[in-house]
Amino acid sequence: MITATPTQHEPKNYINSDYGIKSWLLTQDHKRIAILYLIVVTAFFFLGGLFAVLIRIELATPAGDLVDSNVYNKLFTMHGIIMVFFFLIPSIPAILGNFLIPLMIGAKDLAFPKINLLSWYIYVAGGVFTLYALMRGGVDTGWTFYTPFSTSYSNSYVIATGLGIFINGFSAILTGLNFIVTIHRMRAPGMTWFRLPLFVWAHYATSMIQVLGTPVIAVTLLLLILERGLHIGIFDPALGGDPVLYQHLFWFYSHPAVYIMILPAMGVVSEIISCFCKKAPFGYSFIAFSSIAIAVFGFLVWGHHLFVSSQSVYAGMVFSMLSYLVAIPSAIKVFNWTSTMYKASVEMSTPMLYAIGFIGLFTIGGLTGLFVAALGIDVHVTDTYFVVAHFHYIMVGGAIMGFLGGIHFWWPKITGRMYADTWSKLSAIIIFVGFNLTFFPQFILGYLGMPRRYHVYPPEFQVFNVLSSAGASILGFGYLLPFCYLLYSLKFGPKAPANPWGAVGLEWQTSSPPISENFEVTPVVTQDAYQYSTREEVKVG
Amino acid sequence: MASHAVTDLRHHFENHDQQKDASTLGMWIFLVTEIMFFGGLFLAYIAYRTAYPDAFGAASNTLNIPLGAVNTAVLICSSLTMAMAVHSAAIGKNKLLITFLIATLVLGGVFLGVKAYEYHDKFVEHHVPGPNFDFKSEDAKHPVDPHNASLYFALYFAMTGLHASHMIIGAVIIVVLIRMAAKNRFTPEWHTPIELFGLYWHFVDIVWIFLFPLLYLIDPKNK
Repeated sequence: MITATPTQHEPKNYINSDYGIKSWLLTQDHKRIAILYLIVVTAFFFLGGLFAVLIRIELATPAGDLVDSNVYNKLFTMHGIIMVFFFLIPSIPAILGNFLIPLMIGAKDLAFPKINLLSWYIYVAGGVFTLYALMRGGVDTGWTFYTPFSTSYSNSYVIATGLGIFINGFSAILTGLNFIVTIHRMRAPGMTWFRLPLFVWAHYATSMIQVLGTPVIAVTLLLLILERGLHIGIFDPALGGDPVLYQHLFWFYSHPAVYIMILPAMGVVSEIISCFCKKAPFGYSFIAFSSIAIAVFGFLVWGHHLFVSSQSVYAGMVFSMLSYLVAIPSAIKVFNWTSTMYKASVEMSTPMLYAIGFIGLFTIGGLTGLFVAALGIDVHVTDTYFVVAHFHYIMVGGAIMGFLGGIHFWWPKITGRMYADTWSKLSAIIIFVGFNLTFFPQFILGYLGMPRRYHVYPPEFQVFNVLSSAGASILGFGYLLPFCYLLYSLKFGPKAPANPWGAVGLEWQTSSPPISENFEVTPVVTQDAYQYSTREEVKVG
Repeated sequence: MASHAVTDLRHHFENHDQQKDASTLGMWIFLVTEIMFFGGLFLAYIAYRTAYPDAFGAASNTLNIPLGAVNTAVLICSSLTMAMAVHSAAIGKNKLLITFLIATLVLGGVFLGVKAYEYHDKFVEHHVPGPNFDFKSEDAKHPVDPHNASLYFALYFAMTGLHASHMIIGAVIIVVLIRMAAKNRFTPEWHTPIELFGLYWHFVDIVWIFLFPLLYLIDPKNK
């Protein structure tokens, strides 16, 4: 698939239109801001990964020999905070969404370019607060900051970290707001709602969650900071406050936040599968509306995190049933993707490997989600490695596979370079194998009763922990590979043509990399998305 | 609509209508996020008032209802002057626009001044939650748990404090708008900042319309 087109001279594009650090740090071009995000998000990914490495080394033996319990608490807390708030939530929306939404709908930029840049600075500012807390000694509450431990007992930097996440939240709010307005108001002539690529639908649903959910975690963290700093009593039982109120407020955001991570990945997978099967996705409108349904249902299920937190059993039943409802739109997506692949001539490119990996891992993660949404089983597996394995199958197996698939799919468009095909396919397989070896044993560990967040464990659990740690080293190696060959491709990769995969979609109609204004003339859309059977007729202008 | 003399069309918009529609929708979505932001505090209020109705009533009765009522009237008047400012901008009366913006700023300042006076009273009466908190129920026959009263005051300060911080941010923006108006930046065709700020200011007022009865008027028969 690697075909370099010879060019006489370097045409102008968004990368070479201007030079110098200032032209990047003060840019209002959504494509350059996406690159800024890519750099910082990648740095946070490897930082969060470093904590995971230390956790897995500690857990290779039953005794606590690498770190003591205090340090271990800080390790898994910082791993969770950095991965959730500073990697997973911004990863696909702020990088790929930022870069692609205007291109996909035929716009010159997002509706509010200055706010877009501002949201990157807010993200960096939030990250700096968190890194400050980290360097002063870190936090040991778990990424969930449960009260009253976080407000009264923890002897670590809760307020600084809380402020960092509070600030960072406004970045997500502004990005979501920008996307919603852009999708409503900036579509090219003829780009009706049901001609939008499914990637855009997924981001529309994601933005709804960001806009409605993130303010709630912001005010929750504000109350947490007030409680810890001034002891106002809101979450303190000694003053009549209720620590469980914190859990309700926290999960009202943090459960939908899981869908902020997975919905954009689903959008990526829809695009990749359609492209490499060379046919329209089976059931376009079902996939589109299932994204909206996941966003809506996602706000009604937070109570399934409180099955053992003094919530009434009747509330538990209702939340359990509502949680099962989320499985319906999720299954619709999985069935539609597989139906798209059915009898198609599937091209096993690197992005497609990631997309297929996503379907398998997301299915396991989603089905085990039903286990933990069931009241009886959840009592047995609450706070065990079963839950850890479940959400890593969604967040790592789902969101990161989607992220890497998307990066590989649009890398030629973003950078104008092709990467090494053999290396990229090899790393996709290594990541898939490493991932399963890391996290599948954790299902067994959890079912056998190993609790999460402990650095010592009985010796009979060692075999599964060694398997998991071995898998983690393979997985870590797998993540380093793309980092290396993608960087290598920037300088030495062959030049990418405008449409290396033979995809339809407006982003492939412009040059690679695109010009600053995205299109020479505003495109006029005359067809539905994914018209692979008649793609010769798609015209721009 | 592309024939405006105005040069404020940003490069990525096709025309002024699209630009204005985008800005207005963006403001409405921002206000939705604000509702969710205040919503967390309202939820906490509902939860604890339901749990401790007597303590909340007794604590509420220590507030100065006349001052709260005056402040409510002041804010409603400021919403009126803000609406007049938007109208003045729409019909191109720049001097009138500046006058109404200044009036809005002054009324907002009066509100904040009265609020500061009320906060001072609470401070003097040891009603600020913390180590110096001291609450004695006025009705000696039905004493309430001072801890629960402390919860009421924590919510009182959190909710009115968050509201006041929105007023302060609004006041800063009015000053910027007055400066822009003084430079004749607004025309009947383009005065989007005035319109959008109007939406924000009305929203902040509406929050107070909810706060006033919930915090001041919940137990008037025992006052």
